[in-house]
Amino acid sequence: MVDSDVFVQALENLGVNFFTGVPDSLLGGIIEELLTRKLYTSAVREDEAVAMAAGAFMAGKIPAVLMQNSGLGTSLNTLLSLNMIYRQPCILLISWRGFEGKDAPEHLVMGETMPQLLDTMKIPHRTLSEQTLADDLRWVGQTFMKQRIPVALLIKKGIIKGLHP
Amino acid sequence: MRPEQGTMQSRAQAMAALLELLTDQPVIICNGFPSREAQKLADRPTHFYMIGSMGNAAAIGLGVALSKPSKKVIVFDGDGNVLMGMGTLATVGALRPKNFIHVVFDNEVYGSTGNQPTISNVVQLEKVAKAAGYVTVERVLDREDLVYEFKDMLKNDGPSMLLVKVNEFVEDAGRIALEPPAITARFMKAIE
Repeated sequence: MVDSDVFVQALENLGVNFFTGVPDSLLGGIIEELLTRKLYTSAVREDEAVAMAAGAFMAGKIPAVLMQNSGLGTSLNTLLSLNMIYRQPCILLISWRGFEGKDAPEHLVMGETMPQLLDTMKIPHRTLSEQTLADDLRWVGQTFMKQRIPVALLIKKGIIKGLHP
Repeated sequence: MRPEQGTMQSRAQAMAALLELLTDQPVIICNGFPSREAQKLADRPTHFYMIGSMGNAAAIGLGVALSKPSKKVIVFDGDGNVLMGMGTLATVGALRPKNFIHVVFDNEVYGSTGNQPTISNVVQLEKVAKAAGYVTVERVLDREDLVYEFKDMLKNDGPSMLLVKVNEFVEDAGRIALEPPAITARFMKAIE
């Protein structure tokens, strides 16, 4: 498992300097680390977070948005009719609840359809793993700069150390 | 029944009065007719015209305001938009960015889709903002009060909400001329 502080430091090294989002238990360790570093701006909905990221990007920041994959549904219109069409990139750090059907019922449909949903939305995505972390982040940075649209890193359970390991 | 009607200005008249007081401040303008009217009244590179993502104007403005604390950031919003993204009033109220001015043109209708009623005739949005933690909120009707309060908000620390009651009149204004990526690029350069 990747330590949260290692992951946050890797994002900072990539140039990310504006973090917002809505929590998920799988992202708890990352958010705690971001709060310790005073880097996190708490949002109340994922579409708000994505829109704040768009504003921050236009004001010169490199933004990342943390969310549970349920929040992908909430932010869908903002991603499509703001970030995508206006070319306002951000890094989406999305926890993959419902992966392989092993989760509470409310997560199962989104857990199964998320990759297709992202493909349909034409949002580039990768699933993070400990072995490929450095390469995954390099890919995120390159895609962000080249395509100038939101790019997603999917985070499954057990990849990054949470609050309760 | 809209008892206040008749004493009010149109949104375009109110917007024109505010734009006269602005120079190079970033202005985020919500989707629908407000962006089109702003473009017609004064097309400045510091204007960010939204064409979609209804409800997100204040959140975009907040992202700019937090990242550029030295600039006053103005959001031109509508009652339907504020109601849709009402959670953002709480986020603004909690973060209290001093450089954030939230103007709400309240015509009590979804004007861009055919004047269906909103619920801002009974829900006083500036009171919601005040309860959420905005430092200053004002509700105005006529041009004189509008200009007075806006000048005050430009001078003082916020976050502030200026709710201006406007009538339903819509200016004959064309669609946003620039393509969305060009709006982004122009705005970014202008507020650098």
